[in-house]
Amino acid sequence: MLKRFLALAMAGTMALTMVGCGGSGAENDAAADDGSDVIKIGGIGPLTGDAASYGVSTKNGAEIAVQEINEAGGVEGKQLELLFEDDECDEQKSVNAYSTLMDQGINVLVGSVTSACSIAVSGESSQDGILQITPSGSAKECTATPNAFRICFTDPLQGQVMAEYIQQQGLSKAAVIYNNGDEYSKGIHDAFVAKFTEAGGEIVADESFTSGDVDFKTQLTKIKGSEADCLFLPFYYTEVAYVSEQAASLGLTLPMFGCDGWDGVIKQLNGDTTNIEGGTFLTPFVPTDPDEKIQAFVKKYNEKYGADPDQFAADGYDAIYAIKLAVEQTGGDLSNEALIDAMTKITLSGLTGDMTFDANGEPNKSAKVAVIENGAYTAKS
Amino acid sequence: MDFIQQFINGLSLGSIYALIALGYTMVYGIAKMLNFAHGDVIMVGAYVLSMAAVKAGLSPAMSIVFPVVICMLSCTVLGVTIEKIAYRPLRNASPLAVLITAIGVSYFLQSVALLIFGSNQRKVESVIPKFSVTLGEIHLSGEAITTLGVTVIIMICLALFINFTKVGKAMRAVSEDKGAAQLMGVNVNSTISLTFAIGSFLAAIASILFVSSYGFVGPYSGAMPGIKAFVAAVLGGIGSIPGAMLGGIILGIIESMSKAYISTELADAIVFSVLIIVLLVKPTGILGRKRITKV
Repeated sequence: MLKRFLALAMAGTMALTMVGCGGSGAENDAAADDGSDVIKIGGIGPLTGDAASYGVSTKNGAEIAVQEINEAGGVEGKQLELLFEDDECDEQKSVNAYSTLMDQGINVLVGSVTSACSIAVSGESSQDGILQITPSGSAKECTATPNAFRICFTDPLQGQVMAEYIQQQGLSKAAVIYNNGDEYSKGIHDAFVAKFTEAGGEIVADESFTSGDVDFKTQLTKIKGSEADCLFLPFYYTEVAYVSEQAASLGLTLPMFGCDGWDGVIKQLNGDTTNIEGGTFLTPFVPTDPDEKIQAFVKKYNEKYGADPDQFAADGYDAIYAIKLAVEQTGGDLSNEALIDAMTKITLSGLTGDMTFDANGEPNKSAKVAVIENGAYTAKS
Repeated sequence: MDFIQQFINGLSLGSIYALIALGYTMVYGIAKMLNFAHGDVIMVGAYVLSMAAVKAGLSPAMSIVFPVVICMLSCTVLGVTIEKIAYRPLRNASPLAVLITAIGVSYFLQSVALLIFGSNQRKVESVIPKFSVTLGEIHLSGEAITTLGVTVIIMICLALFINFTKVGKAMRAVSEDKGAAQLMGVNVNSTISLTFAIGSFLAAIASILFVSSYGFVGPYSGAMPGIKAFVAAVLGGIGSIPGAMLGGIILGIIESMSKAYISTELADAIVFSVLIIVLLVKPTGILGRKRITKV
């Protein structure tokens, strides 16, 4: 008898608790709708798993921006609140994270951090019409839906910008090596070749390799036999390290250029940059940039997280400031249509450059390059 | 000019394949098993080398000798341990079971390296003093010369050892007929252990020369060179020591030439097609001998 009574009592408590939950949820939704004093920003990115460092950096960068804005009195009288969900760099989990955030009543979405997840989420978010800003999804399709914007460069844009940059240096005969098995590398390569030849340059050697290759001597020997006056290497730092060492062993000393995948090459070479000295690559962010805004950010980041920020942290930071500007533009109107429309009208002076956004969601910003000098990255514009 | 340089590139690539193939062929020739973990022992050796090189604050001569000795010792111990734990219990099992076990050991070593060191490639300082020879436009790197020289010396030593020493005789006896060798007083288990010790010692030398040429190591660094070296061993005639050398050099040159003059993407396909063609035309490989089985 006593047992039954206890069971009943517990069931009763549970039912009550559940009602309680439902009630508070409804209150939250209502609060979001009629514009209380909080703007809820949802964030999605990998906080665990292989790509965890990207997500963690983005979240950290975004948190610093939120803290700065709130300390300065918020936006249009409202405080910002960042709700960040882990997607483990998995598309399905990313969509689930999006649903969780929508249940919590977010006003705008920053994410996802990686391309494939960002594309998956935009499939859902475009139906809800919410403003989505991916800080670092570089694949072209990330901004395919009208509600999606991005902070970083697209892959093809990197190729075009570097083609222009190299020609400005007075070089006109380029040798290119790219990873034929990697979308990122191939995307940059194709755009680079098109732009470089269109602008009057000549591609004198166009070599490829496949993922996992460690021997580049054959390709480099062919390039050495060509009339190339520069070497464009659009791939990740691991292979860049191999190429730079092997080029030196073959006596090939052309100036080398690359894309943002180079970030990390100095660490890969254990700080010995003899063979890659003067190497120049496109990057949205260099922590050693003497720019005041950047140094202030680097200092804050170091105090809070005990490490130097990377480009993902800067992208996350800029995404939050883009939202701030958009809200100011609408004068505090948080409806989806108003915010999306406002995005194309703002001019953001961010850590990753001064930028405006077009209706396709693409940023229009100037390139920054980093040069490898004496074992460190040096910013150059 | 270009052609000669590409030929030299092929030669330096091929001498690494040859060095790894010597280990494969040695173990296969005696123990009659394909040690697919051979490439991964090389990978482990490279990691050991990278750690030993970092920790050594010794005189210039010792800072070369110390990591090399540590690398050789640990590879040899690893090889003998693998044999004892994974292969010895299967001494009388079917060759297929041993082959699958070897693949298992290979994955095990890769996963352990992935757990300990992560997936990033790690820089390893070369222990071979840097020098290069330049003749006109031809560049000959010190690593390539050293690798080729070491491979030739090892090939000769190995051939002499197997053909002219008492232990070598025991090895040949085990390779001919384990049962009969045991009846004649040869300790089969210790002979096979010794074979693995020598095979892994060769892997250590291969890892030293491999990282001197390429400078980096990752958990999967041993896999592809291992497979290519296996192809080289089969091409030259598996079990034959000069065959491994010849097979390795030929393979390196084919790979380099097809990359240079046909297509980079097709290079691997061409390399493996060569294997298929050789096996169709001459199943025992270039220098492999046909063994007549008497009933």
